[in-house]
Amino acid sequence: MPKHDDITSILVIGSGPIVIGQAAEFDYAGTQACQSLKDEGIRVVLVNSNPATIMTDPDIADRVYVEPLNVEFLSQIIRKERPDGLLATLGGQTGLNLAVALAESGVLDEQRVRLLGTSLESIKMAEDREKFRDLMNQLGEPIPDSAIVTTMEEAREFLQRIGLPIIIRPAYTLGGTGGGIATTQEEFFSLVELGLTLSPITQVLVERSIAGCKELEYEVMRDHADNCIVICNMENIDPVGVHTGDSIVVAPSQTLTDQEYQMLRAASLRIIRALGIEGGCNIQFALDPFSKQYYVIEVNPRVSRSSAVASKATGYPIAKMASKIALGYTLDELINPITGQTYACFEPALDYIVTKIPRWPFDKFASAERHLGTQMKATGEVMALGRSFEESFMKAVRSLEIGLDCLTLPSVKEVSTETLWQRVQKPDDERLFVVYELLERDATIEELYEVTRIDPFFLYKFRQILELSRNVQTGLTDEMLYQAKRNGFPDRYIARLVGQSETAIRERREALALRPVYKMVDTCAAEFSAQTPYYYSTYEREDEVKESTAQKVLVLGSGPIRIGQGIEFDYCSVHASLALTDHGYESIVINNNPETVSTDFNMSSRLYFEPLFVEDVMHVIEREKPLGVIVQFGGQTAINLAQPLASRGVTILGTSVQDIDRAENREKFDDLLTELDILRPAGHAVTNLEEAIAAANDLQFPVLVRPSYVLGGRAMQIVYSQNELQDYMKEAVQASAEHPVLIDRYLTGTEVEVDAISDGDTVVIPGIMEHVERAGVHSGDSIAVYPAQSLSSEIQQKIVDDTIQIARGLHVIGLVNIQFVVHAGNVYVLEVNPRSSRTIPFLSKVTGIKMVDVAMKAVMGQRLRDLGYKTGLVPATDLVSVKVPVFSFAKLREVDVFLGPEMKSTGEVMGTDTTFSKALYKGMLAAGFRFPDRGAIIATIADKDKLEALPILRGLATLGFQIYATEGTASFLERYGIVAHVVNKISSGEPSLLDLIRGGVATMVINTLTRGRKPERDGFRIRREAVEHAIPCLTSLDTAKAVFDVLTALRFSTTPLRAASH
Amino acid sequence: MEARLLLEDGTLFAGVSFGASGESFGEVVFNTGMVGYQEVLTDPSYYGQIVTMTYPLVGNYGCNMDDIESTKSHVRGFIVREAAQYPSHYRSQLSLDDYLKQENVIGISGIDTRQLTRTLRVHGTMRGVITTLDTPVDELLDRLLHFNLPKDQVAQVTTKSAYRVPADGRRIVLLDFGTKMGTLRSLRERGCDIVVLPAFSTVQEIMAWGPKGIMLSNGPGDPEDLASVVSVIQELLGHVPIFGICMGHQLLSLACGATTEKLQFGHRGANHPVKDLTTNRVYITSQNHGFVVRADSLANTDLELTHVNQNDGSVEGVSHKVKSAFSVQYHPEARPGPDDSDYLFDDFLTMIDAFWEGGKNIAKA
Repeated sequence: MPKHDDITSILVIGSGPIVIGQAAEFDYAGTQACQSLKDEGIRVVLVNSNPATIMTDPDIADRVYVEPLNVEFLSQIIRKERPDGLLATLGGQTGLNLAVALAESGVLDEQRVRLLGTSLESIKMAEDREKFRDLMNQLGEPIPDSAIVTTMEEAREFLQRIGLPIIIRPAYTLGGTGGGIATTQEEFFSLVELGLTLSPITQVLVERSIAGCKELEYEVMRDHADNCIVICNMENIDPVGVHTGDSIVVAPSQTLTDQEYQMLRAASLRIIRALGIEGGCNIQFALDPFSKQYYVIEVNPRVSRSSAVASKATGYPIAKMASKIALGYTLDELINPITGQTYACFEPALDYIVTKIPRWPFDKFASAERHLGTQMKATGEVMALGRSFEESFMKAVRSLEIGLDCLTLPSVKEVSTETLWQRVQKPDDERLFVVYELLERDATIEELYEVTRIDPFFLYKFRQILELSRNVQTGLTDEMLYQAKRNGFPDRYIARLVGQSETAIRERREALALRPVYKMVDTCAAEFSAQTPYYYSTYEREDEVKESTAQKVLVLGSGPIRIGQGIEFDYCSVHASLALTDHGYESIVINNNPETVSTDFNMSSRLYFEPLFVEDVMHVIEREKPLGVIVQFGGQTAINLAQPLASRGVTILGTSVQDIDRAENREKFDDLLTELDILRPAGHAVTNLEEAIAAANDLQFPVLVRPSYVLGGRAMQIVYSQNELQDYMKEAVQASAEHPVLIDRYLTGTEVEVDAISDGDTVVIPGIMEHVERAGVHSGDSIAVYPAQSLSSEIQQKIVDDTIQIARGLHVIGLVNIQFVVHAGNVYVLEVNPRSSRTIPFLSKVTGIKMVDVAMKAVMGQRLRDLGYKTGLVPATDLVSVKVPVFSFAKLREVDVFLGPEMKSTGEVMGTDTTFSKALYKGMLAAGFRFPDRGAIIATIADKDKLEALPILRGLATLGFQIYATEGTASFLERYGIVAHVVNKISSGEPSLLDLIRGGVATMVINTLTRGRKPERDGFRIRREAVEHAIPCLTSLDTAKAVFDVLTALRFSTTPLRAASH
Repeated sequence: MEARLLLEDGTLFAGVSFGASGESFGEVVFNTGMVGYQEVLTDPSYYGQIVTMTYPLVGNYGCNMDDIESTKSHVRGFIVREAAQYPSHYRSQLSLDDYLKQENVIGISGIDTRQLTRTLRVHGTMRGVITTLDTPVDELLDRLLHFNLPKDQVAQVTTKSAYRVPADGRRIVLLDFGTKMGTLRSLRERGCDIVVLPAFSTVQEIMAWGPKGIMLSNGPGDPEDLASVVSVIQELLGHVPIFGICMGHQLLSLACGATTEKLQFGHRGANHPVKDLTTNRVYITSQNHGFVVRADSLANTDLELTHVNQNDGSVEGVSHKVKSAFSVQYHPEARPGPDDSDYLFDDFLTMIDAFWEGGKNIAKA
């Protein structure tokens, strides 16, 4: 019986937009929470600003609010909905911080809202460094020497007492934002200063570095009756020093003896009890590899990213159980949903090994600092299961989609051994591949251990992979082939090793009947029979897939979250799967991202946790024999698999592979548009510099350049001059020698985006979205508005007509996304994506049309007309909604924050209200934008933009802001009657622009991109400085204009009376 | 070198040999613990059994002379998916392969241990043989079907002579049916003066040591094979407080009139939830048993059910309603496994003190 049976409605707080450190895992946790509360008959009120989540679907909670996550909005919702309880431990750090803030604001008491699950005192005790340290001392749990500092002076004292290296951790920041390890005094002081700025309570923990210890994590649960269990322990392959979110992790631990395992388990239980946690909790330990000395590093008093990994790794649904515990259930009252016959109060036993590898954004951010430390940098992660470490690891590597199917990284092949040894000293995203390369060059395990402190167990494993690769090379016997497959080698890699074709290897394997079997993830190592069809492949004897005669359809997921391919595609995959089961099919999902809802085994009829790699997908298809495969919801990952699957005889459901190719192949696409008489910016494909220059001169600068393969605007640039073009061609052609570079005329104008659903005949357009930022800023980084605000009805009609023609011309079955630019009164097509897009969840939510569901009906052969849909634009709703991008710049140092054709955002939020300004205000607020109400605005405007900036700056001055500018801009403004304070450029002495930012004088920065070397470097520093001091930095005048409009709308104007004229 | 595992139902697994070579018959059981293989190998309760570990990577941290529960390995064979070639641990002294060679235990690796586990789960524990010889399958099966599981396991593993682990505290006689060192360790940590006696000691031999409490240890085999021990316990009951673990628990139950039966495939692992009915709390326990006390047999005894298995409802602990005696089916001494139930040793000492200070025979609260 639940203790709190008087609770009938509960407010659940989500985690907001996807940022580095807080990703899809909280959609998974929140969705589970909502569902499990609803199962209990609770009325669930959900608030989350992120529309691209399953949890914000109308049928997940009874009331869904997509509103900014701050005290003001939450209080309003609480007063309106009057929930009995608040569940805040499933919304990440954001949810937790909000719960604390709401409690402190008094609104919870006022409305008699009970905080469910872990108490406020417990949260504070775990989160507040000093209280936590006191508690650990009281319990006798060892922690590294540390001190809480709030001033530079205190930091200096600690440095003198302890000595370097020292770890710096700012209090209450996401994903360790602003933290790091200092090995020099200079680093130390700069990190402390930054940390004090970023910490909302100006508090930084400085701590003796225990780098080099093993890092272990325990996922623990506790109920109010004090039953405690460990769900999973995990071992980081990277020793202490790398943020756990950036670490390669295996589960369960591999190098701990029973005594060590139990020592840390017992400590975990002591800690969770002392904290009085009711729900889930993550505890991180450091363990000296040469003694039993351990240290408690950190406790997260909530469901975390690691809990998502642990849930998927074990099958134990932590968030679901944590929600039940919050309602007052005890663990022994709850049934283990995987087995359906045993109880939730037990500790899962694994009979496989799990590898998690982070996915970093350095392919997008070439300039970013790649070293890994205490500040998380990964945007996503993959997980793989296998019956050997090698199998599990190899599967994880090819799940990453970084072009690797083995551990040999081509780019390090040419690097000198000396350089490799230097590189391997400091962890970065490629360290394991460098280690592998060094092994290849005969480095010993001892030498590598000395430098990396990666446990020899893992180093030996890498060497075994290397030795097996060499053995395969020397002669592929049947036994060798068997061993290679058991060690996770894909056919393609084996083929390369022996100089044969992949087909030859596959055929040989088939002749030997050497195929994978599928084993179940059952939480109990086969001790009990399980009911949940959650599978992974391995090369063993017995296959456990339950036979079924139902009609099956395979949905391909979207893999790890990365810039350009975010949670939106998981949202779509989940809906595709659910639509299939609704329509009586068995849905099979393949995905490898442990954070997501799609890898929740409740979201499909069968879940295969596998790499989205042709061979692995084919094996599932051969085993399950689905009617066909759906590729249009899994982003570019799934689309890229369409052709290889089709060429192996697999049926692709929805838009055909030929038509997908017609949209993606430039020449074929041009032919189509010509045929349909639809405009697109003129362009050329070039293969060398001479051609490029000729093309650019023909098109006239500025031009848009990009390599012919594109994902999320990768390596796309607007080029203004021949010099720039030369630079670009040098880099781009290097990057892709065989692929041509595309050069297009860059048309300035309003960018418009449309998502449509088509059955090949009827083309339904749920809405047209207009971008606030003009073409040139990547659509994923632009603020999108629905319905379009500034387009004439003629233009809208033209867009609708073009969309219908393209959808029909491409024979789209399902979804299609089209981007247009409106230039000089004409509509041009920029891009057609014959698949679901990042705006689908947003548009579905604001229009109320379940777009994926409707698309799935079309894909599965229903006629939209028969379902009551008509071709054309669906009339707009009377509310205005905006989708605002969210960036993670604070986490990625050295990354330039200006907006351009390369996508940089990691997530999005939505704002809806009756007017555009109100919606934009809410959207930007939700995105973390701090609207200044007064103070100094720094304006550094490129010459080309000065005139355009004038009305905005004048307006801001009228609102009472002081404009600071460098001499050029200031005198320009003076000329137009705007008072501007002159401030020094960075290079011309103090106080400079940077001092204004550092000193907290500036409240906003407007900086547009200038051309040429030196000033650009200054611009970069200004922008970075603003980000690091959490000051809004606008790099597009369109955004600045929008912000100005909002500020105006927020404000009553104060205009003096005109002097009476006589 | 190749090795084969054959089960009595004819299922054959071909794998790779490690450890000792030869041929070895035994009862095939599985253990779901993810760590603690060396403790398993040296737990005398596995005497006569061929143990498979469900976790696929075994031997990762090597073997040492400390993490042992008795001075030698008692298993008849060891089955793993993969035996680590390169162990890594600062305390490791030899690899699993070398350790099994030293202990003369035949190992087989590389087989589908999950399939084996599922087979055992469905068919129940089976007899099996591991061989590195080229004996034909038919002959092997024939011999397997004629192979009788031993009946004298306890006699094989109990100490041949009494020994003492002296200390200043309460004197405890530990009747050794195949005790793990963990039990000694748990008592020693509490200052107990321990006298370990052979399983088949007489009441006089036991009482001659003047024990303040008697521990009935864990051990291998069927408790019903130990009728003489049961009658000794019957005589001791009420004269000295008694605490039984595993086999000791089954023997105490038999002594009080309950009966035992064999489980389909036993409980072996470190994750079994047990509910303490007096506090309604659930503890995660370390377990290793194939036999169990029948719940319905407690009705006509003076035993009270104190602990049940959360998953299958089986008897996990009993307490005498009148006399000072209690017992649990699982392993509060851990090793391997969680030490959540360590408090039972404290309960035992509390019972002892109450017994000797106060009015004798105080049933456990």
